[in-house]
Amino acid sequence: MSEYLDDSVDTKLRAELELHVSQCPNCFVVVDTTKRTLQVYKGMEAQDVPAGVKGRLMAAIEKKIAARRARGCAPAAAQNPSTGQAPR
Amino acid sequence: MTPSRQPEEIAEVDPPETTVAPEEASEPTPAGFQEAPLVEAARQGDAEAFSKLVKQYERKIFRLAKNITQNDEDAEDVLQEAFLKAYEHLDDFQGNSKFYTWIVRIAVNESLMKLRKRKSDKTVPLDEPVETGEETVVREIAVWEGNPEDQYSGEELRGILDSAVQALKPVFRTVFILRDIEEMSTEETAEALGISVPAVKSRLLRARLQLRERLTRLFKRKGEDVFAYL
Repeated sequence: MSEYLDDSVDTKLRAELELHVSQCPNCFVVVDTTKRTLQVYKGMEAQDVPAGVKGRLMAAIEKKIAARRARGCAPAAAQNPSTGQAPR
Repeated sequence: MTPSRQPEEIAEVDPPETTVAPEEASEPTPAGFQEAPLVEAARQGDAEAFSKLVKQYERKIFRLAKNITQNDEDAEDVLQEAFLKAYEHLDDFQGNSKFYTWIVRIAVNESLMKLRKRKSDKTVPLDEPVETGEETVVREIAVWEGNPEDQYSGEELRGILDSAVQALKPVFRTVFILRDIEEMSTEETAEALGISVPAVKSRLLRARLQLRERLTRLFKRKGEDVFAYL
């Protein structure tokens, strides 16, 4: 049923399922309410990350980056930023 | 690097290189955002590039962590730990998959570790076979009364939806969140969780049906509910 709801079944199977769902009250209700379950979740707006959380995240990352630079682990970009190649 | 199928180990060892082909993956990023050049620059030490990746995905990763852990403090910890771990292991990321799929996998593992530490959540390893028991499911057959969005405030509805997701076992919850909330493809979800595509499909169906049952109990048209074995 998931693949039917995701529209990822082939045309022939889809037609067969649609015919069955249209004739079977139980299947119609299950498919319809499952579809609506997905719709209501997909309709949820994502909450933004609280400003304090963002600030602490960036502070932690900056600290990590500074520590890595201090160890001399990642200086390549400053020397040759155009290579686009991963360090070997 | 061979992809690991033991996601529980990943958070403690190192994030794996993944093998999802680009054409198999859905596109979670807005038009115009080019992830690969930023990843390359970050790997070569460009801090600004890594910051751009963080800003691009922090909202999704925070929501993912909050949905799995159902806890603000844990979600913040997961957010930090996931990006810090990704930065530490950038050299292990070889670009065969999207950075987003990679960071999702790290965040899922960090989230599951939080659940384990809490000990109130009976966690099943993600790669363990799960008996879905479809043949024994009792389904509630009742149509819904109108649109839930019209009957509840946004906050009330969010609470209802969060509670229903929280009631799912983690093995089902994680698949549902990645597929239906984060809208990742089946292949990406399999890669991010270190499980097979058939396992994703099976668990997704189970999760969807369980959520349908819970929501139907709340949203059904009164007086016309019928229980039936299918």
